[in-house]
Amino acid sequence: MNTTHYPSAYVFQTPETHTLSVVVDNEPGVLARVVGLFSGRGYNIESLTVSETEHEKHLSRITIVTTGTPMVIEQIKNQLDRLVPVHRVVDLTVAGKVLARELALIKVKGKGEARVEALRLGDAFRARVVDATTESFVFEITGKSDKIDEFVGLMGPLGLVEYSRTGVAAISRGPEAS
Amino acid sequence: MSRQMTGAEMVIAALQDQGVEVLFGYPGGSVLPIYDEIFKQEKIRHVLVRHEQGAVHAAEGYARSTGKVGAVLVTSGPGATNAVTGLTDALLDSIPLVCITGQVPTHLIGNDAFQECDTVGITRPCTKHNWLVKRIEDLPRILHEAFHVAKSGRPGPVVIDIPKDVQFATGTYHGPKNIQHKTYRPKVKGDMDAIRHAVQMIGKAHRPIFYTGGGVINSGPAASQLLRELVRTTGFPITSTLMGLGAYPGNDEQFLGMLGMHGTLEANMAMHESDLIICIGARFDDRITGRLDAFAPHAKKIHIDIDPSSINKIIKVDVPIVGDVAHVLEDMVRVWKQTQPQIDKAALQKWWDKIAVWRGRKCLAYRASDEIIKPQYAIQRLQEAVKGKDVYFTTEVGQHQMWAAQFLKFDEPNRWMTSGGLGTMGYGIPAAVGVQMAHPSSLVIDIAGEASVMMTMQEISTAVQYRLPIKIFILNNHYMGMVRQWQELLHGGRYSESYSHALPDFVKLAEAMGGVGIRCEKPSDLDAKIAEMIAVKKPVIFDCVVDPAENCFPMIPSGKAHNEMLFGEAVEDIGNVIDEKGKMLV
Ligand SMILES: Cc1cc2nc3c(=O)[nH]c(=O)nc-3n(C[C@H](O)[C@H](O)[C@H](O)COP(=O)(O)OP(=O)(O)OC[C@H]3O[C@@H](n4cnc5c(N)ncnc54)[C@H](O)[C@@H]3O)c2cc1C
Ligand SMILES: Cc1ncc(C[n+]2csc(CCOP(=O)(O)OP(=O)(O)O)c2C)c(N)n1
Ligand SMILES: [Mg+2]
Repeated sequence: MNTTHYPSAYVFQTPETHTLSVVVDNEPGVLARVVGLFSGRGYNIESLTVSETEHEKHLSRITIVTTGTPMVIEQIKNQLDRLVPVHRVVDLTVAGKVLARELALIKVKGKGEARVEALRLGDAFRARVVDATTESFVFEITGKSDKIDEFVGLMGPLGLVEYSRTGVAAISRGPEAS
Repeated sequence: MSRQMTGAEMVIAALQDQGVEVLFGYPGGSVLPIYDEIFKQEKIRHVLVRHEQGAVHAAEGYARSTGKVGAVLVTSGPGATNAVTGLTDALLDSIPLVCITGQVPTHLIGNDAFQECDTVGITRPCTKHNWLVKRIEDLPRILHEAFHVAKSGRPGPVVIDIPKDVQFATGTYHGPKNIQHKTYRPKVKGDMDAIRHAVQMIGKAHRPIFYTGGGVINSGPAASQLLRELVRTTGFPITSTLMGLGAYPGNDEQFLGMLGMHGTLEANMAMHESDLIICIGARFDDRITGRLDAFAPHAKKIHIDIDPSSINKIIKVDVPIVGDVAHVLEDMVRVWKQTQPQIDKAALQKWWDKIAVWRGRKCLAYRASDEIIKPQYAIQRLQEAVKGKDVYFTTEVGQHQMWAAQFLKFDEPNRWMTSGGLGTMGYGIPAAVGVQMAHPSSLVIDIAGEASVMMTMQEISTAVQYRLPIKIFILNNHYMGMVRQWQELLHGGRYSESYSHALPDFVKLAEAMGGVGIRCEKPSDLDAKIAEMIAVKKPVIFDCVVDPAENCFPMIPSGKAHNEMLFGEAVEDIGNVIDEKGKMLV
């Protein structure tokens, strides 16, 4: 939807999904700045992860998966770069070499045939069983987001209770730092 | 040089080391240690405002008219929340400010303590950056960093929130060193390849126009000089946004006046029909572009801006140049001289001929009257009366602001202070206080509306206290005129809540506050009364009673293109020009 009232000549660009890696000074409020920017300006966040990556240098890496037209994506990157504690913004999608993974913990409850089928599928998806009772499992699975979507989908009819996902962690392939 | 001192002492030391001469503020419990230090020194002058919003606008006026950073000091809780409108105003208009807020002691933060509010949380989206200082060790660095962030790159307001215990704590103070910020390093020099490319395009253009904005003013007087040089050597027409007025002389033949919603026909048509737009320090605001898919359909665009996020935000441009206006123009002028592009003189003459036709329509014309004062006429007489004087103008927000932009002519930058981006009614009086503090012997005039004035008129009291002879020139149309105009155009003339009922007697009000009041109701009295106003060495409220029904034209209704303008003569048939979609827009 065109949310700006003002019809733009460019709204007809097709939206793209980009994975951005934002290296920030690990100071109080920095995550609020990034999140506030997205909500305040009406950008999408599909996934957001953050953690300290270089303790001595006080650096954190925020990985954001977002969707927008090329013009909006450019604007998001420029807006992020403008925040004072941001060191750099790397668009891993434009670099074309994004390596992205997510981890999920999935609780499934069931007996008999369904339980066996869940275990079999877990095997096929290389999910590990990290907790088990006689009537339930917790699977741990790592992979691309769509693989996890698919696995969660399959567990639905087999007794899916709840699940928790970490959001995407991403880095560029090859020897160079991004 | 490093010395031991308390946090409160550090604040004053840092302000002094940063060259602050005037501090606009209002005391309260959580800033008392700092006020105590203010008491003990004489270098920094404190101006006690009557409302914290006024402190911020005053600092904005001070900053915009001097090119320096404006400084503000307010208390925690309500002091900080009252400052929010001013901070947002400064953010949207790129005004450099450092605002220091008191905070409850660190151990009480988060406990709903007396006069506690989450100041950094509240001001995060309305500042360029902000800091909560939790340790005295961080205070000197943050104080100096704050000035650096506020004034460099795209200027803006910053907030430093200082808990009271940190103000009392003792630590080691360092003066401002060469600040090399870890992450914040704006780029000031433009890319030379892009600049060469731009010069080539300028050399080949047939229907070019310079579109300049507040960024030229932000960049400093050198930028205005270079702009004048470039515009004159090329012989191209130039237009400016509301925020850029004064960068190029308003009376010059090559200047087409302001563009945009209330801009001139010649400026907007020239934008619409141009084949090259050279945008310098302007941000393609919606007041300028109107309908985006009809904006300057034939033009290639060059865009010089220090903030990469201003480029390609609204309008896709062909040659982006990230850098400071003065730096980039210096390189441009040099490349121009080296390469000596041959402008197609015949094409340019044809272009000027076309512009002359638009100009010939005299889009600012209005029906003169000798019974009732037309607001445009009042501004023209005022302009006439201040000719050759050392004068600064501020404004409130509304029709009067637009008429001021259309009819006043500025020869220099930093002479025009107005709230453009946020459009804050109540900006003009406190801004005038700030300007007059910076320029004690200049003439400072707030072009005002009677409704706007009611929002911050308590600052007249500040002007009286500090003997600041500001002139508040009210175009009193007894309406929120701009609102009434939109209601006439968009809402069938139903003037819902836009009449200014129960107005004070402005003459008595001025007297009660310790100033001078002058009322003018007849066009024939204007010149003499304006002269009287200028002669008075006290704050003046000039109640200029004007035609309540006058509308501000030309006007490009929201959602329309540059070539779909409304004019004064068309007043009778403007009922249905705005379609349903246009009504959605503001
Ligand atoms: C009632 C009302 C009506 C209005 N109607 C109009 C109208 O008809 N016409 C009009 O023009 N405006 C109008 N405005 C104002 C409008 O809302 C905007 O505030 C204004 O158009 C923005 O001006 P600007 O593009 O020059 O940008 P500014 O807000 O002044 O921004 C400056 C730009 O320059 C950049 N910059 C800053 N410093 C530098 C530097 N050193 N070097 C390079 N770049 C720099 C910034 O990054 C930014 O992109 C109106 C406002 C009100 C309240
Ligand atoms: C703080 C604030 N509230 C509301 C508005 C919306 N608004 C814009 S112009 C205007 C009317 C201004 O009236 P007045 O000051 O009399 O000026 P006039 O248009 O009559 O010249 C209003 C209410 C605003 N710009 N600022
Ligand atoms: Mg009015």
